[in-house]
Amino acid sequence: MKPEQTLEIIPVGALLKSVRAMRVRGGRLVQICATALPEQFELTYSFDLDGRLASLRVLVPIEDPRVPSIALIYGCAFLYENEMHDLFNIKVEGMTVDFRGNLYRTAVKYAFGKTKPPAAKPRPEPVACPV
Amino acid sequence: MPYFQMSRLALKWALTRPPTTRYPFEPRRAIAGSRGQLVFTRGNCVYCTACARKCPTGALKVDRARKKFALERLRCISCGYCVEICPKDSLALSTGHGSPATTRESESYFGT
Amino acid sequence: MARTIIPFGPQHPVLPEPIHLDLVVEDEKVIEARPSIGFIHRGLEKLVEKKDYLEFVYVAERICGICSFIHGQTYCQGVEAIMNIAVPPRANYLRTVWGELSRIHSHLLWLGLMADGMGFESLFMHSWRVRERVLNIIEATTGGRVIFGSCKIGGVRRDMDAGAIKNTLAELEIVERDMSEITNVFLNDNSVKDRLSGVGVLSRQEAHDFGCVGPMLRASGVAQDMRQLGYAAYQELQMEPVTRTEGDSYARCAVRCDELSQSVSLIRQALGKIPPGEIEAKVSGNPDGEAIVRTEQPRGEVVYCLKANGTKNLQRFRVRTPTFANLPAMLKLLQGCQLADVPILILTIDPCISCTER
Repeated sequence: MKPEQTLEIIPVGALLKSVRAMRVRGGRLVQICATALPEQFELTYSFDLDGRLASLRVLVPIEDPRVPSIALIYGCAFLYENEMHDLFNIKVEGMTVDFRGNLYRTAVKYAFGKTKPPAAKPRPEPVACPV
Repeated sequence: MPYFQMSRLALKWALTRPPTTRYPFEPRRAIAGSRGQLVFTRGNCVYCTACARKCPTGALKVDRARKKFALERLRCISCGYCVEICPKDSLALSTGHGSPATTRESESYFGT
Repeated sequence: MARTIIPFGPQHPVLPEPIHLDLVVEDEKVIEARPSIGFIHRGLEKLVEKKDYLEFVYVAERICGICSFIHGQTYCQGVEAIMNIAVPPRANYLRTVWGELSRIHSHLLWLGLMADGMGFESLFMHSWRVRERVLNIIEATTGGRVIFGSCKIGGVRRDMDAGAIKNTLAELEIVERDMSEITNVFLNDNSVKDRLSGVGVLSRQEAHDFGCVGPMLRASGVAQDMRQLGYAAYQELQMEPVTRTEGDSYARCAVRCDELSQSVSLIRQALGKIPPGEIEAKVSGNPDGEAIVRTEQPRGEVVYCLKANGTKNLQRFRVRTPTFANLPAMLKLLQGCQLADVPILILTIDPCISCTER
């Protein structure tokens, strides 16, 4: 981490309070990053405070990945939360705009949540065209 | 005059030669240093397979036992990493672009 | 009043890349826009499991065709931050020069698309004619027109000798003269002003709350530019963020036009001060750790989160591109606008959908 960046690990219950504190300090939501580790998901919420980057990290278990939505505090978070749901199957509770899995049109749902790449579907054999 | 800002430009270019090249009737002026097609010099190659390992798309296949160097031109992205790593200067990038093809063919060169 | 749903995209003459919007319209007024993306989702973030961290530079560069160099540069900066590699100063200056050339060509492309979106085809052709000269400079110095292929971990792959620097500066004079002719039309012509003024106004507080970045934010009065963070050679160059206060499409167009001349001046400063030396540092071992890097792309701030665990494949590669951050603002601007303004509003955020959905 560069010197002007901070990272704080917080429990899931303290997420909304910390995000509200960032909003009060005038922070701009920069990104929400989800990482699939073998035992848990790591969600990193980054905020920009006048050029400095402050990140909050939340760890959720893989069996029950639920996290509250911050879209009531930062309206633009709905896109990041829908993306997290579509790619990782992380259940975000209380989303303001819920695309119900339709934001990303992918052939394989929740592809990034599995650490092993999914097996390719078998292709049908090409059939000769009767002339 | 705020209504005729574009007319100055339009008039100037109506009286100048067009800047476009009438390709394919005129050839495109090649720019030196541009990355184009791969050129293989068979005499220098020792079949060390370094280029095949470094190629990001798998366009190069080298068989040391049979002294065979195969290049699939349609897979090559002209990145130049094989040129940098070759220890014997047998690969180079020319400035021309490749010709279109309808099938993925592989060019093979056999060493003596 | 009955509502109609008009599908906009994924194929549309004004869109450079496919995005689908369902516009709910009452007569000629758009009530809301529902986005649906994923036409160009290639799952590049998952590709880190297959390609090792040295090879991944070419994948990172190919996330987008317009802003490709800065993607590669940011990725290299991220891995260099994790591995604590010190990039030699000459490589930093070269990266700065190519980054600014990339910015010039991207803004000229956008100016052309905006003119095309308004129906002003001849101005579109002139902008791209000027852009051709910039692409020739780029091809002569890096080897490629669109994908530069010149960044690598630890430095750059090609050097610019004294002859190349002289030629670049000479071509830049001609480019600057041509650019001032077309920016004059963009900023002073009445037909352009009629289409752009007052369309899509974002106040300063709204721009900050929606998480906007880049020219969207700067045209609403917030002076934030990631180049102020001082990466590459920017801490030794003089630059001030270009801002406007009106926050409408005309202000965003003016910010981008002013950034063109700012980039030319930055290139001249960098080529004047470039120190001699080597262009790459040695890289060995595997990365272990994590880094968050932010740089300024032509469209705004791009954030790379890289996480490595000591093997040769990175564990996580996450890109948050500027268009992704500007999309909520675009959806808000589309509410209540006229149907004929929809192309202008979509183009005003400078959409680069292939970046958004890597």
